[in-house]
Amino acid sequence: MSNLYSVEDLEEWDRRIREKAREFGLDCCPQQFEICDHNQMLSSMAYSGVPSHYPHWSYGKAYEKQKTLYDYGVSGLPYEMVINSNPALAYLMRDNSLLLQILTIAHVYGHNDFFKNNFTFKTTRPEYAVDTFKAHGDRIRRYIEDPSIGLENVEKLLDAAHAVSLQCRRNLAIRKRTIEEERSVLVESSLAPADPFQALHRRESLPPPNLNKIPPVPDEDLLLFIRDHNPDLSRWEKDVLTIVNEEAQYFIPQIETKIMNEGWATYWHAKILDGLELPQELYLEFLVRHNQVVRPFPMSLNPYHIGLAIWQDIHRRHNGPEDPAKRTADEKLFEIRESDRDSSFLRRHLTEPLVRELNLFEYEIKGAQKVVKNVADQDGWLQVKEALLKNVGMNSVPVIKVEDADFGHNHTLYLVHDHDGRDLELEYAEKTLAYLCQLWHGEVVLETALDAKRYLLIHNDGGFATKALP
Amino acid sequence: MWDTIFRPYRSSDAQHSDRSAGDRLRHREKVRQSIRENIADIIAEESIIGKNRDRIIKVPIRGIKEYRFIHGENAGGVAQGGQGGLEPGDVVEDGQDQGHKGEGKAGNQPGVDYYETDVTLEELIGIMFEDLELPDLERKKLREMDAERLTRRKGYRTVGIRVRLDRRRTVKEKLRRRLAVQGSLGEYADKRFPFHENDLVYRHVTTDIKKESNAVVLCMMDTSGSMDTMKKYLARSFFFLLCQFVYTKYRNVEIVFIAHHTQATEVTEEEFFSKGEAGGTLISSAYERALEIIAARYHPSLWNIYAFHCSDGDNFEADNDTALRRAQELCEACNLFGYGEIKPHGHYAYESSMMTFFRKLVAPNFMTLRIERKEDVYPCFRTFLSKDRASAEPLSA
Repeated sequence: MSNLYSVEDLEEWDRRIREKAREFGLDCCPQQFEICDHNQMLSSMAYSGVPSHYPHWSYGKAYEKQKTLYDYGVSGLPYEMVINSNPALAYLMRDNSLLLQILTIAHVYGHNDFFKNNFTFKTTRPEYAVDTFKAHGDRIRRYIEDPSIGLENVEKLLDAAHAVSLQCRRNLAIRKRTIEEERSVLVESSLAPADPFQALHRRESLPPPNLNKIPPVPDEDLLLFIRDHNPDLSRWEKDVLTIVNEEAQYFIPQIETKIMNEGWATYWHAKILDGLELPQELYLEFLVRHNQVVRPFPMSLNPYHIGLAIWQDIHRRHNGPEDPAKRTADEKLFEIRESDRDSSFLRRHLTEPLVRELNLFEYEIKGAQKVVKNVADQDGWLQVKEALLKNVGMNSVPVIKVEDADFGHNHTLYLVHDHDGRDLELEYAEKTLAYLCQLWHGEVVLETALDAKRYLLIHNDGGFATKALP
Repeated sequence: MWDTIFRPYRSSDAQHSDRSAGDRLRHREKVRQSIRENIADIIAEESIIGKNRDRIIKVPIRGIKEYRFIHGENAGGVAQGGQGGLEPGDVVEDGQDQGHKGEGKAGNQPGVDYYETDVTLEELIGIMFEDLELPDLERKKLREMDAERLTRRKGYRTVGIRVRLDRRRTVKEKLRRRLAVQGSLGEYADKRFPFHENDLVYRHVTTDIKKESNAVVLCMMDTSGSMDTMKKYLARSFFFLLCQFVYTKYRNVEIVFIAHHTQATEVTEEEFFSKGEAGGTLISSAYERALEIIAARYHPSLWNIYAFHCSDGDNFEADNDTALRRAQELCEACNLFGYGEIKPHGHYAYESSMMTFFRKLVAPNFMTLRIERKEDVYPCFRTFLSKDRASAEPLSA
């Protein structure tokens, strides 16, 4: 059957695919393919593809969930699994047909190129990724085996750290200022601007900044802030918080570019396979598989479908006779893949006809029902687009910042939720605050809004309480 | 052009690299623990009486969700439509039939991410009865009840299954063989000296059946007119747990079922759990019948006897003294005599109760408990059967 192929066959196809990819201008890191069976694939998926990841029960849960879905045939296994590392690591499942392997290889080069060139990945240090994960795993395992620490304690800390791991800076291309720099910025901004008519004007008096406050300006990196400002944490605890934070930072670019990245890889696998002059039976299978990948998921979002449609649309718009652009369409594509992420990508390139073509709609939840709020018509499409922007990448994670580490001179950690019209889920907020309380070793207060009224959510030794603000 | 390497599949890697095994185990432990903590609620919600043991029960799991800050319900979302146009106001998903959609969609929507796991009734019962046993089981003269099947090591053999391979002895065998042939090895003296099939030594294991004393459990239930549907349900839930417990833990314990109103009759298990009757209540009748059965079939010198009685306590007043006397006699014959009074909320204010009356009965092996709601059934049951009686606190005795 179609399974009859050897590694040499794959190498031959790979050579042809690479030639095509280079011809199209893809620019990749060295690549490694590992051939695995479906159990290894399930394991890899549970750990987001990372080899020698540190242990935690949540990955066991992820595995069980994937396996159940796979066993009941609800979802198949993904064809590809690529890790942003240098050399890039990808898995090929040995039970797949030859065509699927070819498709996967081409798709993987799309991701590889994206990882290497997109700006959001500049801070991920792919050449150290595998070693870093291994070092993290070794350290956590050592803490687990340390008789004075033990599994229970490490697990408790990881549970808490995982709960707030995504509460960190989103745009890593912007350097974080040190406390001293923040203070000098505060001082500068409190001085009146230079005025050429000083003699005529009365001196403006600005309130002096409070330089003793910690943090000087609200801080988004919850884990790092707690690590640096809770003196009771022991060294291993600080190390675990660092590890969890570093992992989150590593994965944020992938969260931030899901639609772009999948669309990009799909766009190129289609072009490469079209250019390979596949024999007919392989070509027919390719059409079937490709259409399975890019079909819309009703009542859900398929990033492959949406991403591909936008990339194709950009290409068409810059290639059409109506726009004899100076740059070729391909150059435009490569420029966008370098300088955008999902939210900017969608904001710039998701047009009204596309919203309609993709049949996007916005819904709201009323009791147990999901009710359509806006559809892609003339009045509604912008709202649909805005709603989509709020839900892509890290925009779906509430922004929560540390406002004060010593609120009321009471060692209370005061957090503020940047409310953008979306309330927090209260049960989850309560449990997450409990975790924060555990990490901070003291009272934690979160200022947020529920049903358009300001509230304080308070968690301390006595448990959870809410307090309405005037 | 960039380099590409293919690393071929090696089945040996696959066998060694089940790296998620530890985390899966830990996750399952957490699931079990969560079930154990919530078991009273689970069995109160599930009507498990008379259900097939292989039946699969969906159990909501608390405590192993991964909490983070997420947006609540007013956040809404965006999705792609299927075939056909949608208009604002259309209902695209109805929460009521969410359960049938399977887990496929759970997880991507905040709020919907509740977590369920499938457990068979058998497993659930196993967890429920983990640390319970018939208390104060005494040694009686005749012992014929098989209580436990233990596996016991018994010597070594040259054949066996892989897991029982005794490595230390196997290596010793090999060394011994090597010493025996050392002189004659000649030029092969420095070469590898591999294991031979005859070196392998396996541990041998036999099963041991431990005999325990005889035991009989007497189930007595009030089926009079005052026992309404709710009360009967509570009483039956209790006895169902009791029977399942005995069947699960002991191989040869006998169970006797007695249903009573003004008269008491011995009934089959099926009748006990299904039949309804009416009429007045003479509690003493049940105790008398129990004493008769004990006298005829289960002599206290040979049998461990456990008697349990569930009633709403609405006894015919003239019978109370007789009932107390009989209860006293039962206490003397039994290892444990438990009386559970079924009083759903709001009832006991105006109904008579045997609880106050039974206070006069002083015997170390007599226990009374009150069952008010279905949530009480399991804690009540635990109190009766806890190994360590001191640590189990009676609910509302």
